Amino acid sequence: MSFEFQASLAARNFHMSLNLSDGETVAILGPNGAGKSTLLGVIAGLLRPDSGKATMGGATNGNSNRTLFNLDGGTRLWSPPHLRGTALLAQDALLFPHLNALDNVAFGPRSAGASKRAARETAQHWLTEVEALPLAGRKPAQLSGGQAQRVAVARALAAEPELLLLDEPMAALDIHAAPLLRRVLKRVLQDRKAIIVTHDVLDAYMLADRVIVVESGSIAEEGPTRRVLERPRSHFAAGLAGLNLVTGTLTSEGITTPDGRVFAGRHDPEWSPLPGQAGVAAFPPSSVSVFPGEVHGSPRNSFPVVITDLEPHGDQIRVRARSGASEQALSADITPAASADLGLVPGMDVRFVVKSALVSVYPS
Amino acid sequence: MSITGHRLRLMALLLAGALSTALAGCAADISTPAAPSAGASSPLSGEITVFAAASLKTTFTQLAQDFEAKNPGTKVNLSFAGSSDLVTQISQGAPADVFASADTKNMTKLADAQLVEGTAVNFATNILEIAVPPGNPASISSFADLAKPGVKVVTCASQVPCGAATEAVEKASGTTLSPVSEESSVTDVLGKVTSQEADAGLVYVTDIKGAGSKVKGIPFPESDKAVNTYPIAAVGTSKKKELAAAFIAMVTGDDGRKILADAGFGTP
Amino acid sequence: MKRIGSSYHGIPSWVFVIAGVGGLLVVLPLVAMLAKVNWPQFIPLITSESSLAALGLSLRTSAASTVLCIVLGVPLALVLARGEFPGQRLLRAFVLLPLVLPPVVGGIALLYTFGRQGLLGKPLEAAGIQIAFSTTAVVLAQTFVALPFLVVSLEGALRSAGNKYEAVAATLGARPTTVLRRVTLPLVLPGLASGAVLSFARSLGEFGATLTFAGSLEGVTRTLPLEIYLQRETDADAAVALSLVLVAVAVAVVGLSYGNRQRNKPVEVQP
Repeated sequence: MSFEFQASLAARNFHMSLNLSDGETVAILGPNGAGKSTLLGVIAGLLRPDSGKATMGGATNGNSNRTLFNLDGGTRLWSPPHLRGTALLAQDALLFPHLNALDNVAFGPRSAGASKRAARETAQHWLTEVEALPLAGRKPAQLSGGQAQRVAVARALAAEPELLLLDEPMAALDIHAAPLLRRVLKRVLQDRKAIIVTHDVLDAYMLADRVIVVESGSIAEEGPTRRVLERPRSHFAAGLAGLNLVTGTLTSEGITTPDGRVFAGRHDPEWSPLPGQAGVAAFPPSSVSVFPGEVHGSPRNSFPVVITDLEPHGDQIRVRARSGASEQALSADITPAASADLGLVPGMDVRFVVKSALVSVYPS
Repeated sequence: MSITGHRLRLMALLLAGALSTALAGCAADISTPAAPSAGASSPLSGEITVFAAASLKTTFTQLAQDFEAKNPGTKVNLSFAGSSDLVTQISQGAPADVFASADTKNMTKLADAQLVEGTAVNFATNILEIAVPPGNPASISSFADLAKPGVKVVTCASQVPCGAATEAVEKASGTTLSPVSEESSVTDVLGKVTSQEADAGLVYVTDIKGAGSKVKGIPFPESDKAVNTYPIAAVGTSKKKELAAAFIAMVTGDDGRKILADAGFGTP
Repeated sequence: MKRIGSSYHGIPSWVFVIAGVGGLLVVLPLVAMLAKVNWPQFIPLITSESSLAALGLSLRTSAASTVLCIVLGVPLALVLARGEFPGQRLLRAFVLLPLVLPPVVGGIALLYTFGRQGLLGKPLEAAGIQIAFSTTAVVLAQTFVALPFLVVSLEGALRSAGNKYEAVAATLGARPTTVLRRVTLPLVLPGLASGAVLSFARSLGEFGATLTFAGSLEGVTRTLPLEIYLQRETDADAAVALSLVLVAVAVAVVGLSYGNRQRNKPVEVQP
């Protein structure tokens, strides 16, 4: 392991530990206030935790491990931000307004002791790398948001960080600027140790090898990006992936929720369930149909729900509803015509029927 | 609700400001005709305002109290400042009834402006004395000692009366001083000596008396080359000539002489 | 009167009346003074030996105290704006005290610090350094009263700039000194400049503390305000003429600072 981190900060209810291999990019996903920015702040040395330890391994060049901080076991080792090799790229580009783009990018090399000329050469290289060389002479006030963010990426990379920290780098950009930056990031993050905090599942897919979902200050779920987004175990990851997630106890045909409803679905072919094990059922809203009123008898995968709200979703209407005593939130996508026919309004009692062929069931 | 309250308070404040300005104007207007008619043989009554040089503060405060005690129903308002300041103020219309100057020059200035009633009377003299801190650290014993190298002397600037007097003494004695500071008032000179910043300062005898134990006075014979004379006069624009004349009579009379002499003033 | 396309200002009309009165209160005395100037004698009055000595001394000491204000005030403002330590609020209150203190009180306080019998003055005198009655005393007095202007102005600039840029610069590998030199100071340069200008103007107008602490001797400690005060005793025309010079210098300095601030307005971002 190349980067090892573990820290607690009681004031923010923050307790996390994570590791990064060389060349690995990890995406941190999670709701607002989950501790994502706290994580980056602690790693970068801008925020001091109560306890914990972080080391940066030098596996590639044979150097011994470098300790970023160690507040465990009575030691108070705290390395200041400028000695950590962890460049931070924030939501705002935060380019130094008094320097032009070239000198902004040359800032890191200059701080490391390079001559003005050498630093500018390095800066030109990185500006080329982010497709921003023509902007070299511009002041930050003359750059658009996307241009500024690309220059900021070049500036962070020019500092040759061992670990690049990206705090929602795309969040402040308009939808036209984001694709270019995402493409640039995909190229430069290849084979680079990086942690990217994001709200966007596309970033996770495109940029990250691994995803860590954080909720209320701790890690809720982690794993390879594809696995987490296709087989989410946390509600947050399911929400990102656009899936309904129901938790319960595994049975041979699916799962049983705590209030006794049965979701039938398909298990992994190579896996046989242990009855009684905790599991989840995940299914897309498009697999859910909506019926009015009572349906007699109790067909499988059919549940009475109360509609909480309706909203457009692509060319469909997304119907959000709460189900049963456990108040699990479920969504269904139906056509606007169907919605109008049924006369759906919030507060209405309806039935959701889920096609069991589209329900994935796996242990949580 | 809170916005309205705020605005109301603001308005009230503005209104209060405007009113007080207006009232102040009125007060100044009505006070003059309210004075008792002149020529009445009845006992003195009413208020007068006396503008006096700063060096007269102690003595004139005493004199005003005595005057009020002897003439029940009268009130003497006192205003002390530098003589030239007072002349400026009176010229600009300040409501003074009596002016007591620390020098004849400023009285002449006021007379030239046609603001002196009758002729001014000299009522006191004052001479310079050397003021040193209690221990006399520079061992000053004569005027010539002030010119010794290394002695920090503070004097008045030549533009102010005490500075003019200092210059006159220098000329008469042939001793040239190189002061470390030339202050614009006696108070500033005295302050530099009491704080022991200066080894010696040249001020009036009365200032040293007034400062008590904080400074020690060293008289020197050359001081009679620059005797400062204090004139007093009623102000031409005064509406209370009788009261003003009575106050001047007290200052120049035996009672005044005694109080002034006690404070170190000489007799003209 | 109304300009086409001017935006709604929302100011009640009576506010303009009171604002006008307020403006007059400031401007009218200056006009009155202008009217009193003895123009035919103006040039001889302000070019007399003592006037030039006072003006020269004022400019020199004000420049020196402005430099001193920057040297001492920048670290103070940084510590107050960025630091977190016990007693910070108390320190700020004390640093700002000279703003509300009558200058004479400042002079007395300085006297008991740097005077011959003062807290520091005594050991300094023993070491052969005399401050009382010297130009150094004038500079000290001016710095004492002018320092808060620089600190307040710079601390405000530092606070509104925030420390985000500094944090980014640090993660890029810049040592704290490099961050200060290459990021913080350039960012707050407009605030620093206007603070320095205000300090200079305040130093130029300093009177009370100088009179109490430094004394008054032509060419050494008698600055322009002290000269005006003294001239007033005998030569009102000279006092008015010199006052006008002081007003002119102050207007130029403040105008310079204001113009600076206008120029430093952020440029519109081009998309």
